[in-house]
Amino acid sequence: MILASLVEQLNLTVRCCGERLDQNVTGGYVGDLLSDVIAHSDRGNVWITRQSHHNIVAVAELKEHAGIIVVLGRNPEDETVRRAEEVGIPILTTELSGFEVAGKLYEFLHR
Amino acid sequence: MGYTAEYENSFPIEGGNFDEAGVVSLRVKSILKELGFPGDIQRRAAIATYESELNIISYARSGHVRLRVGPHQIRIDAEDQGPGIEDIELAMKDGYSTASDRIREMGFGAGMGLSNIKRCSDTFEITSERDKGAHLKMLIDTQ
Repeated sequence: MILASLVEQLNLTVRCCGERLDQNVTGGYVGDLLSDVIAHSDRGNVWITRQSHHNIVAVAELKEHAGIIVVLGRNPEDETVRRAEEVGIPILTTELSGFEVAGKLYEFLHR
Repeated sequence: MGYTAEYENSFPIEGGNFDEAGVVSLRVKSILKELGFPGDIQRRAAIATYESELNIISYARSGHVRLRVGPHQIRIDAEDQGPGIEDIELAMKDGYSTASDRIREMGFGAGMGLSNIKRCSDTFEITSERDKGAHLKMLIDTQ
């Protein structure tokens, strides 16, 4: 599934890089501990997190994630959005919890 | 290691400056990409560098990461001036961390950094001297 379909299905807010939603989503990973995400997520995953500070961008860039979904209505810092724009990592936000987003994504990918 | 590096570069890192976290590892990744290494090698080197970089930022006053590319290996050295690692064996344990609450709040200091480095390198050695600093030496075989 491409990122744009996920945005549509989950009604996510696109905070940046709307032009990069054509990427294929290979899976997802939920985590707020950066080293855990580095160790266990894969290329092309969407990273589901409640972290919203700008350090998340470097992690997603290193791991070549398709995008970051910031959950629980948390608002990414301006600097987070600025950096994500610079490197082309889409940042999406939602009021949903990580559990809900992961559950739905899993269903989309495996049905 | 006694070989002539085909490429060499050194990057300074300032302790406590979380704003710059990831800058050096992303540089290393793009350099290795330019040198033509496959994605897997780029990613392993970048992760090992990222975790070393974060160790310096989180715990040391200052330090640097040195990247050397030889004909058969990539060598990454991370050296810092700081408190050093008191118990290396304990520090290698997954989940063990001496990070402050402030560091943990940002999602750093999960106690997984050193095991991430170990997983990403073919050889990994740590030396440390109390109140002087730590030296992480990482080798990734490329052939």
